[in-house]
Amino acid sequence: MDILRAENLRKGFGTLKAVDGISFSVRRGECFGLLGPNGAGKTTCIRMLYGYMVRDGGDLCLFGLPIDSNLRQIKARIGICQQEDSLDPDLRVRDNLIGFARYFAIPRREAESRADELLRFFALESRANARILSLSGGLKRRLMLARALVNRPDLLILDEPTTGLDPQSRQLLWDRLSDLKAEGLSILLTTHYMEEAARLCDRLLIIDHGRILVEGAPSQLVREQVGRQVLEVPRPDEKVRRFLMEQDCRVEDLGRRLLVHLDEGDELFLKLSREIGCEGCMLRPATLEDLFLKLTGRELRE
Amino acid sequence: MKKRPDSRLSFRCLLVWRRNFSVYRRTWKISFLPPLLEPMLYILAFGMGLAAMVGELEISGRTLPYTRFIAPALVAIAIMQNAFFENSYNSFVRMYYQKTFDSLLATPLNLPEIILGEMLWAATKSAIAATLMSTVLLLFGQLSLPGALLVIPAALLGGLLFGALGMICTALVPTIEMFNLPIFLGITPMFLFSGTFFPLQNLPAWAQALAALLPLTHLVALVRGCTLHLWSASLWQSLLYLFLATLLLLPLAIRLMVRRILR
Repeated sequence: MDILRAENLRKGFGTLKAVDGISFSVRRGECFGLLGPNGAGKTTCIRMLYGYMVRDGGDLCLFGLPIDSNLRQIKARIGICQQEDSLDPDLRVRDNLIGFARYFAIPRREAESRADELLRFFALESRANARILSLSGGLKRRLMLARALVNRPDLLILDEPTTGLDPQSRQLLWDRLSDLKAEGLSILLTTHYMEEAARLCDRLLIIDHGRILVEGAPSQLVREQVGRQVLEVPRPDEKVRRFLMEQDCRVEDLGRRLLVHLDEGDELFLKLSREIGCEGCMLRPATLEDLFLKLTGRELRE
Repeated sequence: MKKRPDSRLSFRCLLVWRRNFSVYRRTWKISFLPPLLEPMLYILAFGMGLAAMVGELEISGRTLPYTRFIAPALVAIAIMQNAFFENSYNSFVRMYYQKTFDSLLATPLNLPEIILGEMLWAATKSAIAATLMSTVLLLFGQLSLPGALLVIPAALLGGLLFGALGMICTALVPTIEMFNLPIFLGITPMFLFSGTFFPLQNLPAWAQALAALLPLTHLVALVRGCTLHLWSASLWQSLLYLFLATLLLLPLAIRLMVRRILR
């Protein structure tokens, strides 16, 4: 069953079409990813889901309820972790959770036990009485995520949950999100880290300029759109280029580097390194990043 | 066919009030100092310094020492400043820097409830300050009981009005530094020309007419009338003015904030 259904969402700012006809749905128990470069319309999509942005058009249903007439009930059942830190600096760590529970009409005692449980889950117990300003970026993110879970949501919405985190914090968050998913929580996530999406998402959408480019399961999309393997050829000379030109494969020329997309590349790799004598070639599995760059281009956005 | 944002109000606005109150309670020792000390400073400066030169005034047929004349005005000014600054600087910080409203929007609260809760809190803060100040002034024998008890409802009403004015500024200023403008153009002139430190009758007629438009003029008149037992029919006019202005500005503040935040 679909826990969230968005149809033909549209939102413009002046002449800019931030979201230009996006449709998707999130099934119960899955992790769904919204991927795209900066400015693709990810955050705008998320903000329309909780009434922070007023959409220009399109239909939005959560838990089978149309959002406009049921926003309050819907918001009681979702947890939102915004991109920017919005913790309450006037309250201590644990009080941030208890205070937030109040807005969901959770009784005090219940709120306290949930707060302690969440602090344990995100390894924040030792910081329960710390001031928000003393927390590092990673700790703040963990607390933001804990806060988004305080109402035991049926759908967790995460806007770039690991942007700016160190590898340790990122791994911890990914582990915790995997745990939550295993417990049956539905998750909607935006990110521009392909590793994150490949690791967490069952299905995903790549958007750019407010429009959908592809939709599907990550591994399947990669296989269909870029193949199974990628052969990277650094500093190719004329001989190598001529050789590759004669082969039946798709070559992407990045100037100082060639990328060859293949379904089965062992043979070509051996030929290239033994017969042509090309050094430093690398054969690796195709990744979501290859797909992402293929679809959204390589030029800088900002 | 732009969708309308949800704008029904409910008791949930009190949750926002409660958040601000619990933060205030944590720092009450510091928050209590200004309203307790300020009147003493003024009474020292004006009561001992200036009053000696000014002597006594005749107001509504009663002779008053200068210190008693300004005592209620000090309370009215505190009501204005507490609410205005709470909903200008403090609300702006919560909105812009702390993203508090953003996080609250992720809960069952809607934006009008959040803004109303902020303004109710500002009014409460005014009432706390006014009560503390009045207590000190009563101890110094500057106000009269039982009329002084009316300071509390007057502060709630005045607090709502000046809170709404502060919130309107928050909805309109692009940066926090811009608050200097409404303070310089609005708050400071009101502080000086609302019958606070001298009777309005001393001004030329045109200036009196202008002063009659200022909300602080009516708050000063109301607080002075109640706390000094200077009862007159014009107090009803001032009450009506404050009431109508609040009724007008409160929804306006909410609407402007919705326009600013929900895009």
